[in-house]
Amino acid sequence: MTIHVKDVEHVAKLARLNLNAEEEQMFTEQLNAILQYAEKLNELNTDDVEPTTHVLHLSNVMREDEVRDSLPIEKVLLNAPDEEDGQIKVPAVLE
Amino acid sequence: MTLFDLRLQEIHNKLRSKELSVSDLVDEAFGKINEREDRVKAYLTLDEEQARSTAKKLDDKLASNEPKGLLFGLPAGIKDNIVTEGLRTTCASQFLSNYNPIYDATVVTKLKQAESVTIGKLNMDEFAMGGSTENSSFYPTRNPWNLDYVPGGSSGGSAAAVAAGEAYFTLGSDTGGSIRQPASYCGVVGLKPTYGLVSRFGLVAFASSLDQIGPITKNVEDAAYVLQAIAGYDKMDSTSANIEIPDYISALTGDIRGLRIAVPKEYMGEGVDPAVKESVMASLRVLESLGAEWEEVSLPHTEYAVAAYYLLASSEASSNLARFDGVRYGVRADNPDNLLDLYHKSRSQGFGSEVKRRIMLGTYALSSGYYDAYYLKAQKVRTLIKRDFDEVFAKYDIIVGPTAPTTAFRIGSQVDNPLTMYLNDILTIPVSLAGVPALSVPCGFAEGLPVGLQIIGKPFDESTILRVAHAFEANTEHHKQRPNL
Repeated sequence: MTIHVKDVEHVAKLARLNLNAEEEQMFTEQLNAILQYAEKLNELNTDDVEPTTHVLHLSNVMREDEVRDSLPIEKVLLNAPDEEDGQIKVPAVLE
Repeated sequence: MTLFDLRLQEIHNKLRSKELSVSDLVDEAFGKINEREDRVKAYLTLDEEQARSTAKKLDDKLASNEPKGLLFGLPAGIKDNIVTEGLRTTCASQFLSNYNPIYDATVVTKLKQAESVTIGKLNMDEFAMGGSTENSSFYPTRNPWNLDYVPGGSSGGSAAAVAAGEAYFTLGSDTGGSIRQPASYCGVVGLKPTYGLVSRFGLVAFASSLDQIGPITKNVEDAAYVLQAIAGYDKMDSTSANIEIPDYISALTGDIRGLRIAVPKEYMGEGVDPAVKESVMASLRVLESLGAEWEEVSLPHTEYAVAAYYLLASSEASSNLARFDGVRYGVRADNPDNLLDLYHKSRSQGFGSEVKRRIMLGTYALSSGYYDAYYLKAQKVRTLIKRDFDEVFAKYDIIVGPTAPTTAFRIGSQVDNPLTMYLNDILTIPVSLAGVPALSVPCGFAEGLPVGLQIIGKPFDESTILRVAHAFEANTEHHKQRPNL
């Protein structure tokens, strides 16, 4: 499997990154090298091997569904780049 | 000999007998920082005013009979991916250069309960991605043993600060070796606990199935104290293990007679520097002289670990770092055309190259059509690597080998080739994938640069690792060496 510039463009779009032509070229080369190295994993037969997502054998860690206080809004807004009327402000989503 | 060459217990004795005050300890830290920090560059943010007022409060308490915390009065540095309320936390990224957390990480709350004094926030590779601290978007940290060399990474600031005497102890985080490898390069003790032992709440996530917080200290006993203070179940972290925490300090008996040590031949093979191997062999002879036995074993899937790790860690990172969108916190790009453009511009301006590279790799590995070939395959190989460890631990108490294949490398020498850089972690990554605990302890020098011995234990058996490292340290002098700064 080889990655071409158009694949890098597609992945960049999925990852919400803008890349310039130079970066596209660099990432194409570097990702190819890394993925070529990763091909090594295909030397191993893993047909009957379960995947490990996690080393602790935990599943569905639940807590009681109790009402709790949220973070105070004025504190939450301290780091917001833009705000209005106690809400985080962003550019229009719909034109 | 400086104040920070004293062991924790010695410092506490001197505090009790009024030979020392907490303010003296804080003076010591800032004295060294003023003298050395312009060369070492371990810190990103200093918190001197708060440190001095905390020291005063603790000195007042010292005069009273109230019970004192486990880490009472000790100046601590915290890696800058661990959130601290009201104290800038950047992950060494331009994206978070203005970020002031509104809550403390659980480990920070625990340090406050243990009454240590936070000195500042420590440099790192951006979002903990890297092994040299050269990926910090602010400035690289330098190795106190030789300023032309890297301190390792990603917790390079945490290791360099302890080595330079600019903090009594520090916290780092380890995903694929980020505590152990810099500890090895800087000649200090670094412990990565078992996955789940220390809460990750408030640790900015890189690869959630691997990340763990742990201590970096000058000696093993201090590492046991810091671990004692930060370990434990936390309901705020759903991957926190609900187990009883043993008394790590009482585990330091000095007795390792009859201990069964496994030495993986893959950790002593080609690619490992001969001087590093020699230090490890000499260390094994020390352990043998103390009554332990060692045998060569095999961890046959070691050579696949780096490939599996980069796919898994990058995939998890691509998902975790999706939250940095310029909306709720962090630096938002100017003049976006619309919301989508705001995401794109903010992320492109905010992230450095290595972070983008891993987001790209992870997004690709998780994208439609490639998931089975890369991500799922890597998870299956992770199972094989974990089994290697299970099999060895069925017969042996601990595994011993080098922490890193070489000593520290020259600043700038590996930046052009990400793959070469990734291979520095070849001996720490398998341990991370298996989720087991490991510690790096100084075990020698090669051309003036420290070598680290990696001691790997069974899940949640930090006690044995600490006992072995402590016995080793008590019979060697490497940890007493100090850089000439």
